[in-house]
Amino acid sequence: MDNALLETKNLHRSFGGVHAVQDVTLKVQAGVIKAVIGPNGAGKTTLFNLIAGTLHPNQGEVFFRSERITGRKPHSVAALGIARTFQTTRLFPHMTVVENLMVGRHTRTRAGFVAGLLNLPRTWREDRQARDRCFEILADLNLSAFAGETAANLAFGVQRRVEFARALAMEPALLLLDEPAAGLNIYETKELAELIRKIRDQGITCLVVEHDMSLVMDISDEVLVLDQGRKIAEGPPSAIQRDPEVIRIYLGDEDA
Amino acid sequence: MSFAQIVQYTFSGITVGSIYAITAVCFNIIYNCTGIINFAQGEFLIIGAMTAISLSHVVPLPLAIVGAVAVTTVIGGLIEIVFIRRVSDASILRLIVITIGLSIVMREGMLHIWDEKVRSLPYFTGSAITTVSILGAHISPQVLWVLGVSAVIVTALTLFFRLTTTGRAMRACADNRMAARLCGINDRWMVTLSFMLSAGIGALAGCVISPVTQTQYDMGAPLAIKGFTVAILGGLGNSMAAVVAGLFLGLLEAFVVSQFAAAYKEVVAIAVLLLILIFRPSGLFARRDVTALRTA
Amino acid sequence: MMRARIYYPVLAGFLLVVGLHLVLQAAGVTYYMTQLTMSAYYGLVVIGLCLLMGYAGQLSLGHAGFFAIGGYTSAVLTTCNLSSHSGNALIARLHGIGVLVQWQDIYGDQMLSFCPWVAFGAALLLTAAIALVIGLPVIRLKGHYMAMATLGFGLIIYRIVLGTRVFGQADGLSNVPPFPLIGPLEVNGRAPWRVQNYYIAWIAVLVAMVLALNLIHSRVGRALRSIHENEEAAHSLGINTYRYKLATFVLSALFAAVGGVLMTHYNGSIGPSEAAVMKSVRYVAVVAVGGMANLWGVLLMGVLLNFLSLRGVFGTFDDAVFGTILIGVMLFAPGGLLRMPRLQAISSLLRRRSHG
Repeated sequence: MDNALLETKNLHRSFGGVHAVQDVTLKVQAGVIKAVIGPNGAGKTTLFNLIAGTLHPNQGEVFFRSERITGRKPHSVAALGIARTFQTTRLFPHMTVVENLMVGRHTRTRAGFVAGLLNLPRTWREDRQARDRCFEILADLNLSAFAGETAANLAFGVQRRVEFARALAMEPALLLLDEPAAGLNIYETKELAELIRKIRDQGITCLVVEHDMSLVMDISDEVLVLDQGRKIAEGPPSAIQRDPEVIRIYLGDEDA
Repeated sequence: MSFAQIVQYTFSGITVGSIYAITAVCFNIIYNCTGIINFAQGEFLIIGAMTAISLSHVVPLPLAIVGAVAVTTVIGGLIEIVFIRRVSDASILRLIVITIGLSIVMREGMLHIWDEKVRSLPYFTGSAITTVSILGAHISPQVLWVLGVSAVIVTALTLFFRLTTTGRAMRACADNRMAARLCGINDRWMVTLSFMLSAGIGALAGCVISPVTQTQYDMGAPLAIKGFTVAILGGLGNSMAAVVAGLFLGLLEAFVVSQFAAAYKEVVAIAVLLLILIFRPSGLFARRDVTALRTA
Repeated sequence: MMRARIYYPVLAGFLLVVGLHLVLQAAGVTYYMTQLTMSAYYGLVVIGLCLLMGYAGQLSLGHAGFFAIGGYTSAVLTTCNLSSHSGNALIARLHGIGVLVQWQDIYGDQMLSFCPWVAFGAALLLTAAIALVIGLPVIRLKGHYMAMATLGFGLIIYRIVLGTRVFGQADGLSNVPPFPLIGPLEVNGRAPWRVQNYYIAWIAVLVAMVLALNLIHSRVGRALRSIHENEEAAHSLGINTYRYKLATFVLSALFAAVGGVLMTHYNGSIGPSEAAVMKSVRYVAVVAVGGMANLWGVLLMGVLLNFLSLRGVFGTFDDAVFGTILIGVMLFAPGGLLRMPRLQAISSLLRRRSHG
């Protein structure tokens, strides 16, 4: 096994009679931006759920840094360094932006129940360092102005960026982005592309599910195409654009 | 134990068990329509019995029972309209807590209207000492009334839900409320109807069991817990299974009492409840893939 | 420490307690202190339940059970008379090191029982163990199933204490000795100690508030709030939601148990009514009307309602009042009765300052 950051082998997952993911084998090398595309119902979000631990595969394995993580619970997958965002923003609505990010720092901090109850001094430094880090990230993403705002009051585009920031607060090695451009206009999408590239340059590997083709072709180093749960094609964007199978599943058969 | 004793305990068990089953069926009617577990269900049985007892001093017994059922049915409908409908968009948990509050208020209301004395309806046929001999055991004819009325209720309900338009409309609501509404079914009235039905049936059950177990203002809550246990045992929403589960619990209680102290009778139902919730909350008869009951 | 300002209400609370004492003394009604002391101990239960319901988002309809476990354990251990076994070597050794103490009960009999501190420790351990055993399977259940399971748990505890001779059955246990704290301070209900115990109880409550406030503002408190607001997101951020809920469940049980122990020594007795379902429902009603996640609101409402109830203001409608409160709150004010908009505005202003 070579040193792929993330690897899946023959992943299968069905729901009743529906085979959401069938025999999907993929590798994600460290430091790349890899996109997962495919028509609706192709199994992209299910794939993410299988990797992140929200769902258990019926068959197959998932490896992270050569360690088997198949079927682990989401929180332990997160603790290993895999962060994810969701199709619909899942911010904590009644908590402020900073508090949201502080929750993101959870895996990088340690204070437990006893330390919390007794407000032990050793937690003060940890808390302060976490908070400083959160403000750094907010500044990085131009969100400093929103630090004290309650999450539910933010505009949609801002909410998206905050969810991003929260995932970054985890300092993950791998970031799973589920349709990050959904609902964004052209300008916001351009900013998003910049952001993803910046993150990659900081050393975080990104696996992105997306429908926005221009974004995908713009930023991806590699593209994986799924259709009805199966892997159809995998390779650099230019090759995918020309792949006849891919063209067929998106545009239909000429003779159909 | 002699054979006659076994028969005795069996009858005792299935008598009480059928009331548990009816209570569970009432739970299911409301649950199926709304997803709410109506904690005040037990109170409907007691209100029915108490009202009948009061009316029976003034009018002949059958009329008293009819009157009690009617009154309780109206109460059930009013509760739905006044309390439940108003917060139909709230979380299920909030609604359940409301029904808990309602059960408390209803119980206290009964205490103040009827005081804490133990009462009972007169026996439908015969008296406290009349017995019928079955398989060597002496059974009160009231037991036959309980079993008979329960069987009639279950049959009538099955036919109602399967054959009548209203019944099918209620099933449609239970399955997919939005779709039912789009088909022109007035789902809000279906919800009210489900409460009225549960209340009326509960009242009838309360009346028929009253001579056997006596009636006291605070018997509602234990009854509700046992009814709930039975409903869960059979799988929430599954009324056929609830009947079987009810008889099972009744028999279990009867035989526990025959072997151990009577004080442990109450523990049986709770122990069963806890065991079922812990190990198989989808009920004994549910299919494996009913996973919507667990969060983690 | 930048979070000192969260303790200001605690200080205010203490001043209020003192102020109340002075007012009652001036009005010549210091006997009100008895009910206030008892309300304080019930307040301990609702503080814990507030953490569970308002922050971890779990409903427990059986918390009176934990109160009872704490109280009964302490009562049994401090009233069991081992004098007849004083010849036994183990008993003698325990007596020697102070685990067992000799005392004289109100009938003048010589008693050899466990020292109240040991009993207290045992009560906490037992409560934690039972809470763990119950919580492990039950926390996993969804909403109303957990409510039913905790209700069932409370009922079993009630039936056990009602039916078992060791626990005094319907009469409960009495003749419970005072709980010596430090020096001349001890928890007991006798009239000369009334003022002393009033302060002991309220200081216990304020300490509990400090702990709870600490927890809420800590990493754990944040994690709990995140679970409550969006469990799936919290899970994906590395929070072991199950373990946090379970730990909060056990913690809230411990709060209840402490209340039970202290109340039992204060009253000198405990009865099965403390484990009754209505008590559990009351605790839930108090937390609901106090604002679910609003610690001060819950404490205030808890003390107010319990005080009124204990003084008999609700008469025979006691249970009905709490039932009505439950209905009312759930129908009209699911966020709690005390919104305190001014305080909220101040607190959000403070929050913004501390993040600037």
